[in-house]
Amino acid sequence: MADAVQTSHAVHEAPTGFWRKWIFSTDHKVIGIQYFFLALFSVLLGMILSIFIRFNLVWPGTEIPLLETFFPMGAPGGVMTPEFYLAFLTMHGTIMVFFVLTTAPQGGFGNYFLPIQIGADDMAFPILNMLSFWLTFVALVVLLSAFFVTGGAPISGWTAYPPLSALGEIAGPGLGTGQTLWVLSIAIFCVAALLGALNFITTTIDMRTEGMTLMRMPLTVWSWFVTAILGLLAFGVLLAAGILLLMDRSAGTSFFIPGGLVVSDQLIDHKGGSPLLWQHLFWFFGHPEVYIAILPGMGVTSQLLSTFSRKPIFGYRAMVYALFGIGILGFMVWGHHMFMSGMSPYTAIFFSLMTTVIAVPSAIKTFNWLGTLWRGNIRMTTPMLFAVGFVSLFVTGGVSGLFLNQPSTDIYLHDTYFVVAHFHIIMGVAAIFGIFGGTYYWFSKMFGRQMSEFWGKVHFGFTFVGVYCIFTPMHFLGMAGNPRRYPELTGFDFLEPLASIHLFITIAAFITISAQMIFLINFFWSLFKGKKAEINPWQATTLEWEIPSPPPHDNFAGKLPVVYRGAYEYSVPGEPQDFSMQTSQKTSAS
Amino acid sequence: MATIAPPLPKPKAQSPVGSGDGFDQGDSGGNGDHGAGRPGSLSDQRYYTGMMLGLAAIVMLFAAFTSAYIVRKGLSDDWRATAFPGILWLNSMVLLASSFTLEKARRWRQVQARFQGWWCATTGLGMIFLIGQIVAWQQLVAGGVYVHTNPSSSFFYLLTGTHAVHLLGGVIALLYLSWRVWRRNSGSLGATALGVTALYWHFMDGLWIYLFLLLLIAG
Repeated sequence: MADAVQTSHAVHEAPTGFWRKWIFSTDHKVIGIQYFFLALFSVLLGMILSIFIRFNLVWPGTEIPLLETFFPMGAPGGVMTPEFYLAFLTMHGTIMVFFVLTTAPQGGFGNYFLPIQIGADDMAFPILNMLSFWLTFVALVVLLSAFFVTGGAPISGWTAYPPLSALGEIAGPGLGTGQTLWVLSIAIFCVAALLGALNFITTTIDMRTEGMTLMRMPLTVWSWFVTAILGLLAFGVLLAAGILLLMDRSAGTSFFIPGGLVVSDQLIDHKGGSPLLWQHLFWFFGHPEVYIAILPGMGVTSQLLSTFSRKPIFGYRAMVYALFGIGILGFMVWGHHMFMSGMSPYTAIFFSLMTTVIAVPSAIKTFNWLGTLWRGNIRMTTPMLFAVGFVSLFVTGGVSGLFLNQPSTDIYLHDTYFVVAHFHIIMGVAAIFGIFGGTYYWFSKMFGRQMSEFWGKVHFGFTFVGVYCIFTPMHFLGMAGNPRRYPELTGFDFLEPLASIHLFITIAAFITISAQMIFLINFFWSLFKGKKAEINPWQATTLEWEIPSPPPHDNFAGKLPVVYRGAYEYSVPGEPQDFSMQTSQKTSAS
Repeated sequence: MATIAPPLPKPKAQSPVGSGDGFDQGDSGGNGDHGAGRPGSLSDQRYYTGMMLGLAAIVMLFAAFTSAYIVRKGLSDDWRATAFPGILWLNSMVLLASSFTLEKARRWRQVQARFQGWWCATTGLGMIFLIGQIVAWQQLVAGGVYVHTNPSSSFFYLLTGTHAVHLLGGVIALLYLSWRVWRRNSGSLGATALGVTALYWHFMDGLWIYLFLLLLIAG
């Protein structure tokens, strides 16, 4: 069946030493696993921070002795100061957005499976790939070190709006060295992301094997490809903004700092800068960043829905064009983050309209997913459950987006929990469901063993119900006017009636977070004790399911495959089985 | 003098990779989709693709700086033009000349002595440009114009400095390739290594002309 005529030209020999094989490896599979574990570490850390955030909102002033042990300055007597709450908030957002949502789906799964799915023996530039991972690692270390410097971590949020983020220690604790480390970390991350994006695009364009035409690529590959294009165009702009911010902080320039500013009773010696300039640069990056997080999840969802419905994906070409549509429109909507900045109503209408238009490719994707499920021979495996969960969350989060993209309603809902609910569902949880789906689906290929299906389904149940319990009530908090970023909610009459909702959210969050232990135990237990995986346990069609689990160093053992079919040929009439591998030639009967 | 024949394209194996039953979402093979069927590890095309993408990222960096430049200048009433150091005219000539010498080196790729002469000239001109830029900064500093003196001076140092860092990368690449020639004792470089380096170098040249005009006209 598998036909291989071309001899692969080994990019590099299989390394033998521990350091070259597992630490400074140039093998895309090892780098993918490195990214995956970096993201796993980061998501656990981000989750722990969110526990303290939710705890403080409901039980402010409660002593947590553990906090004082680690952070004597931020939590004297074990009680979080309001600034320390903001530091946790900032680090939670930064870690989750950059080191989890940007890193796991693209750096992790993309690195591991993109070359295999297009029939290449490695990325186009293996050394750049290694450099990209290690820069990401350094960026994480620099970011986390902000916790342990004088003043602690920054308190300016993951968006780091000036002027507060540009002024230094005078503006608050953590805005001195901590904020500088934050900017440095993001700048390093930008360089890493640019190198990665360059590598992904080149690999997709130039490294496809014979017969792997563009329209035969799995939708996962398309989504990593479009994501890489967004990254290539967006991270350079964030890097520019970071350099300008660093100069305002360290070189005395006034790009973002306006004149006549009085902070902590002191007149600031800057003039003429514009804080809005930062917002424009930041959100020009920031909105595509949302799609950098979610597009790979869309690719994985398409892959899983087709595989487990035993049907070709509905409207393959439309799916590809919709990916590009979302990507291109994503660069024209950044102003919808700034409706409150006093922009001209005409400008706001443009951004509002463009944002609404994104609903079109999004709806194309959603209906095609439903079309794929329609009358399919559905197998409710754990990855399939997470894919269906992704579709649900994508719709829920998309619908609340329609309220926020209207300037008139946004002015009311801006900076309330409605926004928190919206972006957590669509960018956070939906993307995480894509990552979970990918993990349960590809675990056997990556590690050679199977994860437990039963515990996977239990994990899905708790997580799916849990995230809706956490984030649905937040919409109502927002409509009731509950502002975000407040460290505690006592002392405001209009917030008193909302206390029980906050308590419910916190309890739901604790249960959902505890349920993630099921995943962790399943993951690590299966890593060592799981059932040995077959080559193609899901009876899928793409190239990674033709090679051993885990794959050998150069993927195809020196013989690159030849592709004869599209990526989703399930239940082809006249074929002996309900899946046809991409490398199988058509039988004469079909 | 040796003439250089372009490398012949690798003949593509014919195989029944297409199908017409409508079930296949793929195109047929051989439809001009050059990525498919030509494993990149056998092809040098990826170096050009990678370099073009790298340049696209650099374009975005400088586009962001430029938009900040326009906005910051338009918004404020504290913008005072920074005196344009005259040496920049000379530096620009030096950099333009380096693009010329690099093309000469590419043309004489297979004639060792000539190649090495032009190659060294390019590297030297690149270094002279960087020294010239340092002189320009020193002239500004001597005139009391620092990074924080005025938004226009902030942008002057930012734009010229960021360009210099990128050009320094180019000079390091030239030196690295010289070292590779010397180590392998091969006398010259492959067409791809030369082509990709030239792409970057000429781009840096063009970028400088753009920045030069921006600073000269809008500074």
